[in-house]
Amino acid sequence: MNNVYYGKLVFELSKPGRVGYSLPKSEISGYSLNELPEALKRQGKTILPECDELTVVRHYTNMSNNNFGVDTGFYPLGSCTMKYNPKINEELCALPAFNRHPSTPVEFVQGSLKVYDEVQKTLSEISGLSRFTLNPYAGAHGELTGLMVIKAYHQQRGDNARTKIIVPNSAHGTNPASAAVAGFKVVEVKSLADGTVDVEDLKPLLGPDVAGMMMTNPNTLGIFERNIPVIARLVHDCGGLMYYDGANLNPMLGVCRPGDMGFDVMHINLHKTFSTPHGGGGPGSGPVGVRKGLEHLLPNPQVEKLADGTYTLQCDKDSLGSISTFLSNFTVIIRAYAYLLSLGKENVPMAGKLSVLNANYIKECLRSHYELPIEGLCKHEFVFDGLRPEFGGDHHDDNHVTTLDVAKRLLDYGFHAPTIYFPLLFHEALMIEPTETESKDTLDDFIAVMKRIAEESRDDREMVKTAPHHTPIRRLDDVKAVREPKFTFKNL
Amino acid sequence: MFKYFPHTTDDIQQMLGVIGVQSLDDLYAEIPEELKLKRDLDIPSEKSEVEVRRIIGDLAAQNKPLLCFAGGGVYDHYTPSVVPFLASRSEFSTSYTPYQAEISQGTLQYIFEYQTMMADLTGMDLSNASMYDGTTATAEAMMMCVAQAKKRNKVLISATSNPQVLRVVETYAHYHEVELVKVPAKGGVMDKDIARELIEKNDVAGLLVSQPNYYGIIEDFTGLADLCHAHKSLFAINTMASALGVLRSPGEWGADIACGDAQSLGIPMNYGGPYIGYLCTKNELVRKMPGRLVGATTDADGRRAFVLTMQAREQHIRREKATSNICTAQGFMCLFVASYLSLMGEKGLREVNEQSYAGAHYLHDALLKTGKFEDAFGSQPFLNEFTVRVKGDAKALRKSLAERGFLFGVETEGMPHCLTIAVTEMRSKQEIDSLISNL
Repeated sequence: MNNVYYGKLVFELSKPGRVGYSLPKSEISGYSLNELPEALKRQGKTILPECDELTVVRHYTNMSNNNFGVDTGFYPLGSCTMKYNPKINEELCALPAFNRHPSTPVEFVQGSLKVYDEVQKTLSEISGLSRFTLNPYAGAHGELTGLMVIKAYHQQRGDNARTKIIVPNSAHGTNPASAAVAGFKVVEVKSLADGTVDVEDLKPLLGPDVAGMMMTNPNTLGIFERNIPVIARLVHDCGGLMYYDGANLNPMLGVCRPGDMGFDVMHINLHKTFSTPHGGGGPGSGPVGVRKGLEHLLPNPQVEKLADGTYTLQCDKDSLGSISTFLSNFTVIIRAYAYLLSLGKENVPMAGKLSVLNANYIKECLRSHYELPIEGLCKHEFVFDGLRPEFGGDHHDDNHVTTLDVAKRLLDYGFHAPTIYFPLLFHEALMIEPTETESKDTLDDFIAVMKRIAEESRDDREMVKTAPHHTPIRRLDDVKAVREPKFTFKNL
Repeated sequence: MFKYFPHTTDDIQQMLGVIGVQSLDDLYAEIPEELKLKRDLDIPSEKSEVEVRRIIGDLAAQNKPLLCFAGGGVYDHYTPSVVPFLASRSEFSTSYTPYQAEISQGTLQYIFEYQTMMADLTGMDLSNASMYDGTTATAEAMMMCVAQAKKRNKVLISATSNPQVLRVVETYAHYHEVELVKVPAKGGVMDKDIARELIEKNDVAGLLVSQPNYYGIIEDFTGLADLCHAHKSLFAINTMASALGVLRSPGEWGADIACGDAQSLGIPMNYGGPYIGYLCTKNELVRKMPGRLVGATTDADGRRAFVLTMQAREQHIRREKATSNICTAQGFMCLFVASYLSLMGEKGLREVNEQSYAGAHYLHDALLKTGKFEDAFGSQPFLNEFTVRVKGDAKALRKSLAERGFLFGVETEGMPHCLTIAVTEMRSKQEIDSLISNL
């Protein structure tokens, strides 16, 4: 991170006559775009800049210096699992032999198809499910695909009355949104004081109109839902299916499998649990797994291993349909494969355990300064409800130091902020997920800084409330961004 | 310990002591025993970096190279070396969605540049930065039409759209309970008379068309925007992104929504992904727009800076009432597109299209000259891709050419004797001649 703000846009670097590319001279003559009918041709000029190569390289390099990534520092963003992204994975996914056109005949891409199948099988074993599709492009896309599986399952049985999906009030926002896109009505179930699903509140919601229930376990508070066998039985007894949001799978690796907990359908975020880079928000990958009996519903196309050991592509007529151009974000799959091979059966479970160790350690070390609403062991993440009152966090005081203030002050100390104001169960939620790839040294530094911020909040409230002070830019005017919307350079 | 885990045995003991438990397994004490896996995972043992490189290298070697004359939505274009180099900077690649704007200006700026470029190329007011690919972007466009229309639930889609797009839009329509009606083709282009009849029934939320269409034909959309607007329908065009540099833009056709795949703007073919879908629209429709939007504002010192904005549309705020379930900001791919277009500029994009046009027409004419092929739909304008009918077995021809190292188009779906063939600036005259001599 460079704390000097760069801030230029590429359009401001443009000068007529500069070029940043070179192409071979065409040896074909006698054809020109001018031959196209005038009505089919673009009329207007474009805004594209004219830049030489070094100008472009410096521009984006300078921009990158104002950006914070996992390689820059600690990223305790709850529910995002910002673990280290191994570099060998980048090298291997970029091998030219993997850069193939999707319509290449299968005999010429056997290596790629094997990668797909191996990852599919490994995820099935880790999850305790029967089969995975790797086609979904992201976590939310996986949720949508999984919900389509559930709908297709009911529709193919001729049961069209199941229109509702039950979602806990602590669920990730994508859960209800995906259910709505899949054409379901969303019904919320309440949480108990300890953050787990209120089984008594759930019971009256169940009936012949319930298609299924979405849960993440551990939930978004990092608490394991101990009643999961009871919940799964209740939902199954009423004819619904159980959907597992795999955003929080990391702590469960090798310890406890969604399939064994009673889930029928799930997605996995390869960019969380299996170390593929988040890329500033994408591309992700959201493979979807199903229990035995639901495999035929997975989206097309599907990779199939034949008796002779070769691989082919097939489309199942009972499938829910297609949800992607082709077979997934393939280079993301290669990265996850490299990660799974590297860790192996010895280290996959250790990743989960160490993530839980790290989370509980931070929680115990900081509860003296931050309000811990839920006691007991957490899994990979946990939630504070802001600063304790004696450190300026009393939210009955209108001028209290908020979670946003703490988050912004953390940036001054070279840490990314935790997830804030989620889940919605608390006023000042501060959700911390350290992941297993952070050392005790890093955690100790973070803990010391968090305590210092608490003390600053008590002693110099205004300074914290105007943080950050040492970042490339200071707090932004979000209201102005909405009231005077400027989405392109032309609007500036 | 393992190379990705920094904990020493001593660290672990100290940390367990602070937590007040004896062992790592004790951290799972609250989980019912019957739910726990009491065996090792049945997956391979850990591998060293040397072994991982060998295993995956061997698999890569099982892929056999073919000279690409295929398109069908995915094109073999030139990617300047600078593009993947810049994208590999880990300050970009290992960051999350730019929630904390003060330390994410890099991501926010390149997304703002991407939005500017795509809005400009499509002739729209604004672009989002969140679509996975062109198929799902088109499905989102369909859902936008229905959301905007409120009381109308019917969307028309041209049957000349790429079947991959059709299949995905059909899937979304089925589950989202949208009535999707295909407007049939006539002579390789959408039958505008049937489109007119359907739209004049005043129950259509939107019309989705494709440019160039699946067969490679550049369609004439004259009159469609006015027709749609006269009947309170939205008009959306899916365009192959590279072509936006030279073909009449969606904005110039009067469209309300522009969508498609931006793979053709410097993104490798990647055996299907990752790509990026683009979705652009007019200011009036911004509140129906799914996904992440970056806007310009000022910081506390008055400096121009960038931030995620208009989040009240999104899933993390609106939950089931959100415009979409999209959470992705397709950042890494926005960077690919923004840096590609910065290097190429208008001139480079034109040159790419000129060379693709010349190569495709040269091959097309040479194929017809052999007497073994004919135009599938007579003489129609095309850019970089065309459909021919093979006088003989198309499938067998494609197979035999693959054995000789050529990926000779894609099998045209719904037309058993036809192949749809693409040429980009990557194919030299010598390579095209070599293909012809192997026929």
